[in-house]
Amino acid sequence: MSKRAARIDIALALAALAGCALFTGLFLRAEAQWEIAVLAVLLAATLYAAGRSGVAARLEATGAAHPRAASLAAGAAMLLLVALLHSSHFALLMMATVALFATACMGLTLQFGYAGITNFAGAAFFGIGGYTTAVLATHTGVPHLLVLLAGGAMAGLIGSLLILPILRTRGHYAALVTIAFAVLFKTFLEVNDALGGPQGLKVPGLELFGWAFNRRIPLGEDREISFFASYAALSIVLALLAYSLVKRVERSWLGLSLDAVRVDETAAACFGIDIARWKILAFTLGNFLVGLAGGIYAMMLGYIAPTSFTFGDSLIMVSIVILGGLGNPLGVIPAALLVVVLPEKLQLIQEYRFLLFAVVVMLILVFRPDGLLPRRMREYFAGWKRA
Amino acid sequence: MSSTLLSAQGLTVRFGGLTALNGLDFHLERGELVGLIGPNGSGKTTFFNALTGLYRPSAGRVQLGADDITGLSPQRVYRAGITRTFQRLRLALSLSVFDNLMIGNHRRLDAGLLGNVLHRARLRADIERNVEQARQLLRRFSAPLAARLFDPVAQLPMIDRRRVEVCRALISDPRILLLDEPSAGMTQEETRALMDDLLATRSEHPELAMVLIEHEMGVIERVSDRCVVLNYGEKIAEGSYRQVADDSRVRSAYLGED
Ligand SMILES: Nc1ncnc2c1ncn2[C@@H]1O[C@H](COP(=O)(O)OP(=O)(O)O)[C@@H](O)[C@H]1O
Ligand SMILES: [Mg+2]
Repeated sequence: MSKRAARIDIALALAALAGCALFTGLFLRAEAQWEIAVLAVLLAATLYAAGRSGVAARLEATGAAHPRAASLAAGAAMLLLVALLHSSHFALLMMATVALFATACMGLTLQFGYAGITNFAGAAFFGIGGYTTAVLATHTGVPHLLVLLAGGAMAGLIGSLLILPILRTRGHYAALVTIAFAVLFKTFLEVNDALGGPQGLKVPGLELFGWAFNRRIPLGEDREISFFASYAALSIVLALLAYSLVKRVERSWLGLSLDAVRVDETAAACFGIDIARWKILAFTLGNFLVGLAGGIYAMMLGYIAPTSFTFGDSLIMVSIVILGGLGNPLGVIPAALLVVVLPEKLQLIQEYRFLLFAVVVMLILVFRPDGLLPRRMREYFAGWKRA
Repeated sequence: MSSTLLSAQGLTVRFGGLTALNGLDFHLERGELVGLIGPNGSGKTTFFNALTGLYRPSAGRVQLGADDITGLSPQRVYRAGITRTFQRLRLALSLSVFDNLMIGNHRRLDAGLLGNVLHRARLRADIERNVEQARQLLRRFSAPLAARLFDPVAQLPMIDRRRVEVCRALISDPRILLLDEPSAGMTQEETRALMDDLLATRSEHPELAMVLIEHEMGVIERVSDRCVVLNYGEKIAEGSYRQVADDSRVRSAYLGED
């Protein structure tokens, strides 16, 4: 490719990034119902058009050619947005929530998108991270970094036990087991007094490296920086790290093995691929990410209850993964933005949330079965096709 | 020392009341190409599935060199050096030609989490080595196909898909290659081209032994050293092509004569 074309690509990518940041800011700040509706339709239409015209693929290719620079630029743009929105509690809360849901859905991408394990208990693993964090942070003096990691580890561990009965079977049995688990988890929380029963638990605020996230930061006389700003920044960094992890997995022999398991277990077995090993790895690692995100979410809200982790919430996570483009961790970001923010802002659809998602998922499956940003061919490293 | 590489004794596979393979005795020598023939439903694919661990034999033994490999898992059979193709292609259509070949090379790849996520430079060197190896192997079959290394298999015509499947089975340098009707769905010209490639592979790897399931008798005549004929799960003839072609039981099995 000529130098000039490469420069145009980079300029295009930077413009697109600025557009994304601008859009996110507008979307998060919008209040009038018509504004929100227009922006949501605009986002869906833009993604659709960018996908159909090949612009999205070209932008993704530019990113893939400069993976580190792309991550840094995207992270910087989002952090800049956090700084600009520094005092709007609600917008920052939404931003953090989107980043945490995106992180969790990147975990689901490892499971569902790569290894082909449907997980309809995403919210339960999110909750395991939350409850583990709540209990450890309340009753022990363990540093919070370790508390969060323990939340992820607990989700990974319970998941790896759950998957054992799934391994010997094929097809939709796995989905049934996870559905049963999601329902069971909520009931377990409701009857368990040590975990607060139906009332739930209070969760201490996060404290990392001596920085208390819930501390007030006054800004002049009568204004202050929202404490959600630090949670939003942390969540964005976490989402970036999760993205980079998932991409590294995909662009490797491990990602190839997971694909082989998903596509055809019989053929994979005939070439030495240990189906159970890779399924357990993908499921455990995926749930680790989900649990980690759930822990931060719990600390940010300061309070968790069984009703925050229902089967319906698990369905929402799955619909984010499908809407974004199965197997593309980039796609879950705009998908999470739409799915998380829209119902919070549009009073009209709050009541009909699940109905709406069902309709959206069905429309996607019909008109754009590969999602908003379909997964692209694997590129093991930057400049791959010139190898 | 005998040069027998693989032998099966009394190999039997039953599905409920149906005996798909009945007490088969079979042997394969180093570097030999055996044609396995028989009418539809005579148990040829079942034999491959029993060898490669997809079906558990109801009775009988399979020996590879000095090792008993009866009832081993498909993964262990592969690691012991037996690879195969499938009658109905089992490629990953959405993945590239390269990815499909690398699935076949799994025993040489380190797919562990830490090495793949943390040691990217080493991984890259390994990938580049494998790209070169894959390209060379494909070139022996078809130079235009080698140029499409990064295309999804779904975009390839039938003949190239077959080639990819054969190459996927070859890339790990197996001791035995099992080919289940590689000419199915191809024209005579395409079949001839594929067989030329296989003969070339044989002359490059004189130690490699193959079993070829094939319907076209002309193909069997051309490429096989020895033939085994199955009918209703039993071996009804064995020998050179001429011997089995002249055998009255074989002719009646094929022509339905009594
Ligand atoms: N998994 C199975 N379950 C039940 N019957 C089977 C199975 N696989 C093969 N068979 C039966 O075994 C017989 C031999 O089949 P197969 O080995 O596929 O024949 P060939 O490859 O010679 O055409 C057929 O009658 C077939 O229906
Ligand atoms: Mg067959």
